[in-house]
Amino acid sequence: MPWTKLQIEREEPVFDENAGQDVRKLSFGEALREALDQALQRDPRVYAMGQGIDDPGGIFGTTLGLQEKYGPQRIFDAPLAEEATIGMAIGSAMAGLRPVSIHNRPDFLMMAMDQIVNAASKWCYMFSGQVPIPLVIRACIGRGWGSAAQHSQSLHGLFTHVPGLKIVMPSTAYDAKGLFIASVADNNPVIFIEHRWLYQHKGYVPQDVYAVPFGQGTVKRPGRDITVLAISHMVIESLRAAEQLEKQGISLEVLDPRTLCPFDEEILLKSLAKTGKLIVADVDWKTGGFAAEVVALAAEKGFGYLKKPPVRVCLPDIPTPASYVLEEAFYPGVADIVAAAEHLMA
Amino acid sequence: MICAMNENHQNEIGTEQLWDLYRVMARIRLVELKIEELYHLDDMKTPIHLSLGEEAVAAGVCAHLRLDDFVFSNHRSHAHYLAKGGDLKAMIAELYCKETGCAKGRGGSMHLIDTAVGHLGSSAIVGGSIPHAVGAALAFVMQNKTAVAVSFFGDAASEEGVFFESMSLAALKRLPVVFVCENNFYSVCSHISARQPNPDIAMRARAFDIPSVKVDGMDVGQVFMKAGDAIHHARQGRGPYLLECRAQRWRAHAGSGDPLREKYRKPEDLEPDWMRDPLSELEQVLRSRRGIGEQTIRDITGTLNAEIDEAFYAAQSGPLPRKEDLKKYLFA
Repeated sequence: MPWTKLQIEREEPVFDENAGQDVRKLSFGEALREALDQALQRDPRVYAMGQGIDDPGGIFGTTLGLQEKYGPQRIFDAPLAEEATIGMAIGSAMAGLRPVSIHNRPDFLMMAMDQIVNAASKWCYMFSGQVPIPLVIRACIGRGWGSAAQHSQSLHGLFTHVPGLKIVMPSTAYDAKGLFIASVADNNPVIFIEHRWLYQHKGYVPQDVYAVPFGQGTVKRPGRDITVLAISHMVIESLRAAEQLEKQGISLEVLDPRTLCPFDEEILLKSLAKTGKLIVADVDWKTGGFAAEVVALAAEKGFGYLKKPPVRVCLPDIPTPASYVLEEAFYPGVADIVAAAEHLMA
Repeated sequence: MICAMNENHQNEIGTEQLWDLYRVMARIRLVELKIEELYHLDDMKTPIHLSLGEEAVAAGVCAHLRLDDFVFSNHRSHAHYLAKGGDLKAMIAELYCKETGCAKGRGGSMHLIDTAVGHLGSSAIVGGSIPHAVGAALAFVMQNKTAVAVSFFGDAASEEGVFFESMSLAALKRLPVVFVCENNFYSVCSHISARQPNPDIAMRARAFDIPSVKVDGMDVGQVFMKAGDAIHHARQGRGPYLLECRAQRWRAHAGSGDPLREKYRKPEDLEPDWMRDPLSELEQVLRSRRGIGEQTIRDITGTLNAEIDEAFYAAQSGPLPRKEDLKKYLFA
């Protein structure tokens, strides 16, 4: 059993979004596999490549059996040459294909930043819309078991800074499938960032093909006292915190933007108009990151609603340590969101 | 004048083909000279990278390409664009940053594009478009096409890691891509000896079992013949090919400066090729051995200059982009 799975099973109890409901349920990982399968089925221009895509593990199970089904021309292993493979994906998109480039970790995308930042994000604008780049780059944030500084980064803050990229970060199985289908259908480069700790969580996932539109956040839990805008795995942590705080009489409204670019400003401002208090919970560093952008937005467009200074619950500004003791101190979670909420209500 | 054109190559090329090559090279030459003549007026508000001295490479390679073949190019892209059949008016308008430009004034001189003729946009990141050619070649295979992708890049791009990654990928997948390195020995003002431990760029393809050859890039006959072999090889499904075409960049890296006056090239260190002129050499061959008269040469020069003047006039008088369209085209 992969080490990540062992730790996740111990530390991250399965979260069932539709507990008690008799509906078709898939895990986050199964939903991603179904989405890729259906994307390949629907459109012969779609192909996927990645390091270890045909391994026994099949990129955390998300590509299992797909090479057998679609052949080695549409599902193939990639060399450890991120810059050239993403560049190749871009070139193939120029020639009419719809590539999906899968990477185990966002950390590894740093090897391909030139192609992502200088080519993929700019081709459409630089050439006045003549050559769109329909490209999906998938990467999965690692966490725990001593993954340390180079196998645990999210780095979505870097990508949201660059105009011309769409940034997608699902937190549920339903959104993982729907947002992936939408990403493949989009005519622009999409950075699709998963979180390893979301993989075993499950929820309702329809068998049919459906797309979750970009730029539409969702209220994961309605509340009256504090708005929590949470990203990726922090959505789950925020829902757990909300449950706990409910008992103390504090009501959190948990928002999941689902896509960071485009970002659903309206859902944030509407919630702030009601609560006047804001926590931004992110799986990235605090300084200069997306959480800072959300707070800036709240200040610029929702200043009149704010009753207290917003609070960011983010990673401290240091590289991820390996030791499990330091990991525990490093990763914010339920307790930090609870503390932030208590502080805001004090 | 020196005429070092290889007779064996020349003799294999029909007069009509040589004449076509001449017209393409003369057109590039005259366009570049006109750009240079007017550049100091500062109406072309975009950095320019002239291909003067390097015309034979683009012309000799692109002569073998079909409309559905793709070329990928770099900051020094005027010659590639024109040789592939890119629209002249749209190119000049782009240099004037006009809405009528090939990228509607969003790209400038370093980002030319003409999708109608298989020019998918040039990149100003050195080495940046090499993997794009590999990707287009991958698409051609998946689409069961017999098209070929050509990547033009300079000697400095051969220092980038992505060059090696791209050759590796292309060889691994046996893709129909031809890598064309235009080795003009200079990256801005830095000589290749300051940048590369072994100046043999063609040799590097051997590590990937990619056939490669060094080509006299001042001899369009040789470029034409060697490129023909390379493109045929790729089109037959036999995998990638690397051409190292050695040529001379007569002007500054950017703008119209003179490397000798700027003193980073010294008369005593010049390669013998510096004194050669690929266009004059071809003209000499056409006149002395193929019966093309002086008047015919003058006529074509006149015709080309008229076309160029018209393109400049159209570009100068064309509309600028509208400020309210600033954010247009960010997403498709």
